[in-house]
Amino acid sequence: MSKRYHIAVVGAGPAGLSAAGRAAHYDREAGASEPSYILLEGFNTFAKTIQKYQKGKHVMDEPGFLDLRSEVGFTAGKREEILGVWEEALAAGINIRYDSEVVGIEGEKGNFRLKLGSGDAVEAEHIVFSIGTQGNPRALGVPGDAESDFVRYTLDDPEDFKGETIVVIGAGDAAIENAIALSDYNKVYIVNRRNEFSRAKDGNLNAVLAAINDKNRPFYCRYESGVARLEMPAAPGAAGAIVLNTPSGEERIECHRIIARLGTVPPRKFVESCGIVITSDNPEAVPDVDRHYQSNVPGLYIIGALGGYPLIKQAMNQGYDVVEFIHGKDTKPADYPLLQDQFSGLPYVMDAEDVLDLYQQRVPMFRRMNPLAFRELIIESRIIVSLPPAELARAPQGGERSTAFVAAGEPLYRHGEFSTTFYTLVEGEVQLQLEQDGPWHTIKPGQFFGEMSLISGRPRQGDAVVSQDAILIETPRRIMVKLMNSNKEVSSGIDRVFIMRALQAAFRPQLSLAELGDIAGRVETCQFKAGQVLFSEGEEGDCLHLIRSGTVMLTRGGANLVVNQNHSGELVGQMALMGAPRRRDTATAAVRTETILIRRPEFLALVGSQPDHVATLQGRLSDVLRKSNRMASQPQAARAIGFLMGEGLGEATNALVIDETLCVGCDNCEKACAETHNGISRLDREAGASLAGLHVPISCRHCELPHCMKDCPPDAIRRSANGEVFISDSCIGCGNCETNCPYNAIKLSYAAPKKPGLLSWLLLGSGSGPGEPEHFTPSAAAKDAGKKAVKCDACMGRKGGPACVRACPTGAAVRLSPEQFGELVEGH
Amino acid sequence: MHISLLAWRGFRYGKWALVLGLVSIALYLSQGGSAAQPPNGGTWQGYVLGTIGALLIVWLSVLGVRKRRYSSTLGTVQGWTSAHVYLGAVLLVVATLHSAAQVGWNVHTLAYALMCAVIFSGFYGLYVYIHLPGRLAANNAGKDRDAWLEELGELDSTIRDTVEACDAELQAMALSALDLTALGGSSWRQLTARDHSRIILPGQSKPVGNAEQGVIVKALSERIPDARKQSQAEVLNELLALFGRRRVILNLLRREIRLRGLIRVWLFVHIPLTVALLVALLIHIFSVFIYW
Ligand SMILES: Cc1cc2nc3c(=O)[nH]c(=O)nc-3n(C[C@H](O)[C@H](O)[C@H](O)COP(=O)(O)OP(=O)(O)OC[C@H]3O[C@@H](n4cnc5c(N)ncnc54)[C@H](O)[C@@H]3O)c2cc1C
Ligand code: HEM
Ligand code: SF4
Ligand code: SF4
Repeated sequence: MSKRYHIAVVGAGPAGLSAAGRAAHYDREAGASEPSYILLEGFNTFAKTIQKYQKGKHVMDEPGFLDLRSEVGFTAGKREEILGVWEEALAAGINIRYDSEVVGIEGEKGNFRLKLGSGDAVEAEHIVFSIGTQGNPRALGVPGDAESDFVRYTLDDPEDFKGETIVVIGAGDAAIENAIALSDYNKVYIVNRRNEFSRAKDGNLNAVLAAINDKNRPFYCRYESGVARLEMPAAPGAAGAIVLNTPSGEERIECHRIIARLGTVPPRKFVESCGIVITSDNPEAVPDVDRHYQSNVPGLYIIGALGGYPLIKQAMNQGYDVVEFIHGKDTKPADYPLLQDQFSGLPYVMDAEDVLDLYQQRVPMFRRMNPLAFRELIIESRIIVSLPPAELARAPQGGERSTAFVAAGEPLYRHGEFSTTFYTLVEGEVQLQLEQDGPWHTIKPGQFFGEMSLISGRPRQGDAVVSQDAILIETPRRIMVKLMNSNKEVSSGIDRVFIMRALQAAFRPQLSLAELGDIAGRVETCQFKAGQVLFSEGEEGDCLHLIRSGTVMLTRGGANLVVNQNHSGELVGQMALMGAPRRRDTATAAVRTETILIRRPEFLALVGSQPDHVATLQGRLSDVLRKSNRMASQPQAARAIGFLMGEGLGEATNALVIDETLCVGCDNCEKACAETHNGISRLDREAGASLAGLHVPISCRHCELPHCMKDCPPDAIRRSANGEVFISDSCIGCGNCETNCPYNAIKLSYAAPKKPGLLSWLLLGSGSGPGEPEHFTPSAAAKDAGKKAVKCDACMGRKGGPACVRACPTGAAVRLSPEQFGELVEGH
Repeated sequence: MHISLLAWRGFRYGKWALVLGLVSIALYLSQGGSAAQPPNGGTWQGYVLGTIGALLIVWLSVLGVRKRRYSSTLGTVQGWTSAHVYLGAVLLVVATLHSAAQVGWNVHTLAYALMCAVIFSGFYGLYVYIHLPGRLAANNAGKDRDAWLEELGELDSTIRDTVEACDAELQAMALSALDLTALGGSSWRQLTARDHSRIILPGQSKPVGNAEQGVIVKALSERIPDARKQSQAEVLNELLALFGRRRVILNLLRREIRLRGLIRVWLFVHIPLTVALLVALLIHIFSVFIYW
């Protein structure tokens, strides 16, 4: 073995490039003749993730508030420009080795051995992992399966190949889409390991079956077949062959190319095989690292997307910092000034790093958290200080990211407000209600609140009023969700309090916290997928469900006759514990739902302590029964609700529903949408399902827990206090939200060109008239800015409400919330 | 939740229109009526009625602008339309009383006639707006036009595949039936929804009518009893079923096209006549002030 490097950087994405750039800087400073580091990249070029962006994609440099700190340049711009800059940086002298996938690691700090896919090994004292989260394509697993001209694991442009015979391996969406596109100009075989295409989306499933049956298309399928071996082409460009194991024996297919789309292997297994611990099973969990990005394996550092930082700039800053740390420099991270700004309004003078440590100690739940995760939590949070109203006016006015001041004695939030942030109290007191006009509870330093909306996505229940000189940390939902996914202690801590407060709100028990905590420990949390049954009609029941999140519908006498729908905070099946154990209805989760399951002993303990409240519970129960009874007597209406639930409206907060018996199809609603939203309509009236005169067009429903928010790298999707889910200007156009929205409500679009005014169209006929033009060529500026995600914002901030509804001449279009569904269908 | 445009806000503008109508009648009756000054536009009551009428016409026309002022917060388009139909209807009363039924071959009567045409086309439009959307929804049975067209496309490709097992004669006939299917076409054909589909019969070159897929269905049903092999009979039966389904979808689509057309086409009368009316109204007012 030749040489041991000081640092081996694994993965040449933005994080790895930046780390290597900094290491190269140290070498230059030291006048080293040989590089002291090596950058190992598994792919045949650098930054695979960015190379795979679509051509010409505009890459954004969010977050705007953070400065870049790297030897390697990066500013927002076209993919090609950015790759060009990095290529130059590499050429200027970075010791990179391509086609060197690291497959295993042995040894310890000071003496690591990195095994490569080729069988080689590299020795290093420190390792920096910057392999991202995209994973590597699953290989064919037969000799000769390395990426080559003959065997490919990606397909950039199907039109690159014409007049060839191509074998596509795989049965997922990528394989199907590639195979169909290739069959326009080539003879294509698609090889499916199973006997059906069950993994594909509906659209692709239909398309692939149609292509197979289409006699005019050179498209063939081999079911239940696997790859036995490859025969490599004799010369570049010549045909090789693939031998398949089919149910009727081996089959040899001569072909020019093999495209394998077998999905990717997520990096988790590999990471864990290196001894790195990921505590939670959650697929989104990230490994823990300390303040210096060091993992539980000493000498092994983790940066970039793999460490949970999904943006290029963050990844590059970490690459720089990690090399500093390895060189023993305790550099203040690039975000230090941000922290200082956040803490600037605190009533004491202290270094930001010390405040950070202090606050982490103040909150029991955060005490054992890893300091880097806590740091991120604070950076992404708002520090709130309460002042007497008189002093508020004199408080310094900082920027958006500095300390926020609120008036003591005033509500922090009010009942019914849509906010899902999470509050942690560091100093002072907060008075909290758990339901509208409910009793007040006192929150003490170290405690938290706001977990109800965090978990259910529903508006706030009750007010929260802050006392004088209180200090709070307000954390966005996204950060809390990320934390809960990777930190069991935090998630179970929040969960426990959530359950206790939910029980308090539902039953108002007169129990000590210890007794309540005991009950909270005994109830069960259940999860249901959409369509899963909680209990069935006719069954004997001995429990009730308190809904944590989602919607449960009650059907009677057959599916789709929905007699009631229940939302978070409400009880389902309480009859069984209040007199009549036989279930009268079937309870089904309308969307993904979580409930707290309460059995008889816990129920009795809860209500037994507070007999007064039983009357309230009974009153609510009879309301529910009356309502269900009325619905059950109107099968038409009940079926219509079933239809709406089937369309996923159970998780909506504000959905567009069109009455087909009134709609004249004038599309004035769509035009109004486009005209009020930069020329692009966010609603497709004609598309979408209908039943019995009700039509649910394609348009955002402002879900309780918006799926679209899940993986938005710059956190551009937000929810306003009134509940509108909207996309802010920081969208980077990555398309994750478009993929994640189950209702097709988001599309990516260039900015539409400006139009002449209405009168010049009316009188002179210039321009295409109101509404989104059917086709438009984006201007050069729009092309440069790239496609952005667009969706309905429920005309947030517009006077008079949604433009679509206001523009409908016949009253066919209305926007409503699930509470109004009953009224809606009964009128029909 | 969903309120029709007539019932908007508890028939608010219906009530307004009723009041306006009654006031107009009262005004009309209050005219003395002498030989020198008959009860027409010339009395002060006539002036008032005329002014109301003219303002109404202008305001009714402004709907076309308001409908496209998408950021306007001046009421909703539904409210405007509700007012439009009621006040448009009462305009008939106001203007008739204003004219006091004095007609002749002049520009004044032309304006009146145009107004009546606009109003009656409006009545027709209202009828259409109220009755056809429901029929359309029932016709489409929960799927939109594209979905039906897609099903038709799939059906056609199945027919093409199935018919390959048949003799060349039948194959040619069936394929010509597919290729010569008529759907849509000129506005007139869209609105009448008559089936102009054709087919080429064996040994002929000129296509003949194949309305309701009748010719091909007949040909298929005649061949089934003659089929020699069972497999052949099965193929023919299958084809018969496919063409039967095809007829159903074609009919549905024709009705859909017709209904959509009807909902829209009257506006092509209503709007141009409105423009003509505005011009005639202007001339009417000018000439009255110049020549009286
Ligand atoms: C479609 C899309 C659009 C995006 N748009 C933006 C944007 O506009 N702005 C923005 O800031 N962010 C954007 N992102 C996010 C951004 O791409 C990532 O945050 C960033 O690439 C993470 O950098 P990284 O260095 O951690 O990992 P990656 O960029 O994923 O790099 C990892 C590298 O490691 C290599 N590798 C993996 N495994 C091994 C192994 N075992 N051995 C050796 N090498 C290995 C890979 O081949 C790859 O080159 C977007 C993401 C996507 C998917
Ligand atoms: C002189 C009288 C009238 C005038 C000048 C007039 C004018 C107009 C105009 C300009 C439009 C706008 C069309 C568009 O831009 O799409 C319109 C629409 C309409 N009118 Fe009239 N109209 C009159 C009377 C009536 C009457 C009496 C009725 C019915 C009782 C009526 C029913 C309608 C309807 C239903 C619409 C369609 C609304 C829409 O789709 O937005 N109109 N009219
Ligand atoms: S875009 Fe889709 S996921 Fe997001 S809130 Fe709207 S409907 Fe829900
Ligand atoms: S504006 Fe109203 S009537 Fe027109 S298409 Fe939209 S929902 Fe239908």
